[in-house]
Amino acid sequence: MTEAQAVSAPTPEQPTPAPPTFPMPRACPFAPPAAYAELGEKGPLTPVVDVEGTAAWLTTRHDVARDLLAHPKASKNLLRPGFPALFPGAAALAGEIKGFLIWMDPPEHTLYRHMLAGEFTMRRVQAMRPQIEKIVDDGITRLLDGPRPVDLVHEFALPTASLLISELLGVPYSERDLFQHATGAILSHESTQEQRKTAFAQVRGLLSRVIAERTENLGDDLLSTLIRKYREADVFDHDHLVGMAVMLLGAGHETTANMIAVGTLGLLQHPEALAEFRADPSLSPRVVDELLRYFSIGDHVTCRVATEDIEVHGVHIPAGSGLIAPNAAANRDPEVFPNPDAFDIHRNSRSHLAFGFGIHQCLGQHLARLELEIVFTELFRRIPDLRLDSEVADLQFKDQALFYGLHRLPVTW
Amino acid sequence: MRVIVDHDLCVGAGQCVRAAPEVFEQSDLDGKSQVLQPVPDWKYQAAVREAAVRMCPARAISVVG
Repeated sequence: MTEAQAVSAPTPEQPTPAPPTFPMPRACPFAPPAAYAELGEKGPLTPVVDVEGTAAWLTTRHDVARDLLAHPKASKNLLRPGFPALFPGAAALAGEIKGFLIWMDPPEHTLYRHMLAGEFTMRRVQAMRPQIEKIVDDGITRLLDGPRPVDLVHEFALPTASLLISELLGVPYSERDLFQHATGAILSHESTQEQRKTAFAQVRGLLSRVIAERTENLGDDLLSTLIRKYREADVFDHDHLVGMAVMLLGAGHETTANMIAVGTLGLLQHPEALAEFRADPSLSPRVVDELLRYFSIGDHVTCRVATEDIEVHGVHIPAGSGLIAPNAAANRDPEVFPNPDAFDIHRNSRSHLAFGFGIHQCLGQHLARLELEIVFTELFRRIPDLRLDSEVADLQFKDQALFYGLHRLPVTW
Repeated sequence: MRVIVDHDLCVGAGQCVRAAPEVFEQSDLDGKSQVLQPVPDWKYQAAVREAAVRMCPARAISVVG
């Protein structure tokens, strides 16, 4: 191909290349999918297809992503035709996701969001600090008392995140194997539809038992609080609350555990930033925000569907179109984050979209941040010579899952 | 500068409290933002603008003046 041909626009005789399929794989664990850069050059919004071949619009820009995700005519209801399927047959799981706040639209969303939001305010979360510190401290003590090398994912990240959400919800921690395994199966793209349905049934069964018990005997855990609030609002429905609990349990342990693992790796890969952080733990909020931006583990979940014809940044989008705003792309937008591929704990990362944007922005973000701040501070304080016991090239990342992460992270000290 | 929160839009994400804890707080009841200083002290004005323009995911904060 000559240079002239390479830069010429497609003519009617040339077949237009088929739009690329979302989601796209990450070639490097420390960078978003390479395809985003190419797509970003095509304009503010560019056509793609989802895994079922349905057309959608994708943006790689931070400003456009915010406008899409906060758009009043952008729905989060994944059962609406046109909503981007993140794995084939996603909409067939409709029955399993009743009560999931993340897939609701107003006015239903507004009612349940506010019942929960009061429980996750910054003040409430700060009050949990001693409880979180104890869980993290005990976890590190277990690591230090155990054999080396050790897999940080299964021996620290998952237990820490699971124990905290179990205590918060009032779910017996002894059931962790069940809910960790089931959540993994639900979120893995390698699961069959049958495996996913079985996993949902298992975790729903667990939470159904816990909620039935609490309904008889209210305590001071979050599920008891929600039972009271649902009753006060006259919307108590056992199955609906079970769905909400499944969502909270899954979101509460899987995402945080993934961030603990990739965040630890990210810090080990940037020894200068790590040394600075260890010398000054008050940097922890900045460190955590930069890690959230840098890894953007929930890259695939910031999707919507247009409920009416809309105009976004000069592009006409017909009703029923899928809207995809991958946050790993927005979080590397050089207009907002200069030199975006650099890991820099001194930049202002606060406006990253790792927790989404619009009315669905992560409800548990203050809890996740505090948990991560305590984990990284304490892990590197108590195990100062923590190091990787593997080549980075040999690590197995969760390339085939809704949330990015590590299957295992062998470490030693 | 005067700051106003639209309670119909607020979703209780708490970004305003992160950005300017002296000016905003969240209700324990529903997480919604409450303005502690409707006319923020000058030293918090940059943070209030950041909260309003960049951080609030529901675009519920308006700044006048």
